[in-house]
Amino acid sequence: MVRVENAGTRLGPPPAIEARRLVKWYGSQPALRGIDLVVAPGEVLALFGPNGAGKTTLLRILAGRARPTSGAVQIAGHSLDRDSDGVRRAIGVLAHGHQLYEALTARENLLFAAAMLGLDRPREHVSEVLARVGLEAAAEARVRTFSSGMKRRLALAKVMLREPKVILLDEPYASLDLQATKLLEEFILAKKIGGAATILATHNLTMGFGVADRLAILRQGRLVFEGRREETSVEAFRSLFALHGELGAVE
Amino acid sequence: MIFVGHVMAIARKDLLAEWRNRESFTAMFYFAFLVLFLFNFALGADQALIRGASSGLLWLAFTFTSVLGLGRSVQGELENDCLEGLLLYPTQREAIYLGKLLGNFSVILVVELVILPLFAILYNMDLWSQIPKLLLIAVPGTLGFAAAGTLLSSMTAGLRAREAMLPFLLFPLTIPLILSAVKGTEVVLRGEPFELAMPWVKLIAAFDVVFLVTSLLTFEYLVEE
Repeated sequence: MVRVENAGTRLGPPPAIEARRLVKWYGSQPALRGIDLVVAPGEVLALFGPNGAGKTTLLRILAGRARPTSGAVQIAGHSLDRDSDGVRRAIGVLAHGHQLYEALTARENLLFAAAMLGLDRPREHVSEVLARVGLEAAAEARVRTFSSGMKRRLALAKVMLREPKVILLDEPYASLDLQATKLLEEFILAKKIGGAATILATHNLTMGFGVADRLAILRQGRLVFEGRREETSVEAFRSLFALHGELGAVE
Repeated sequence: MIFVGHVMAIARKDLLAEWRNRESFTAMFYFAFLVLFLFNFALGADQALIRGASSGLLWLAFTFTSVLGLGRSVQGELENDCLEGLLLYPTQREAIYLGKLLGNFSVILVVELVILPLFAILYNMDLWSQIPKLLLIAVPGTLGFAAAGTLLSSMTAGLRAREAMLPFLLFPLTIPLILSAVKGTEVVLRGEPFELAMPWVKLIAAFDVVFLVTSLLTFEYLVEE
């Protein structure tokens, strides 16, 4: 049942995400212990694991925000070592923190993001994504007055402004209501059809299972399982997770 | 053009946030008022003593209030992981540095423009005719201080004791710049010809260049892990 794929044996289109022998140490503490990971364009990988397993570290490395101790990363054909600017252009990140300026309004936050992304017709783009996430009515309100769910929607709107080839989502379901969860899943599926690869790091087994093509379990810095979703059921996967002694950490 | 657009977008965002909160401005203005007010009491009515100490007092108020503003500017980026978000945009790190510098410099300069008349009133000095000359020293002096301060505030952003570390690192580094600004200001406040202040202005300009170039070269390494 347990299968850890060798990243070097995969055939098909060139990968959107390719990580080879990734190792990361924080001082004397190992965070990642030799991760090999390949995600194809249009593929959604749900990454499960308990707190401290290394999920956020892995996503930060893939986003170019942390340097691996050793190993190599290619994002949409851009090497993290040699072309970090290309990597940043290719990715869209929904991080654990919402990364919004609370003194600014929702529209001002998105206009700032549009300016940094160099978008043409930024006002139109911003109005469009505000409508998509259902925050039109709150567009001129300061983010400080938003609920955590509204902030999460606005953070999602910021990702929607981009046309990423790789999407990295860190606990995206936290603080999302049902409607916003549906919106997030529609976004992931739309980007999947558009050819974007997604890595979704989550504790939420049901949600992650619902959108993923592939599933992986990260534990103590190692990928201890990787397999296709159709090869297992939620229940079987939950049992598999329990085998790794981490059932309590997953919904 | 994209580079300039990023610089302006970051500066505009910082100024807009400051305009909304007025947190830095209020704290900086209040602190400057306290410094000037307390030294006014300490020096008494001795005009000779006041004139001798005035340029140092003015720069004491300028630099101490600037440190407050610089600390608050980086604090704003740390809330909600905004700095992390900023670094995820496809932009050169130099644009981020210059945008932050422009925002910091503008806020500090506005506070200084408010401090100057307050200083004139509290110390009974006729500054009005000297303001253009004072600005010729204050603007480059503030630019150099803000350039070094923006770099160091980013460097200390991740530290637990960042509020203590920023002045601890910034003041020793900028002492030559501050001394040049004090000496230049002294010439102006004495009403002497501005030509006598020019060597100090040139020295300030040289420090500006050094701080700007060094900051642009090192900022990326300080903000990246």
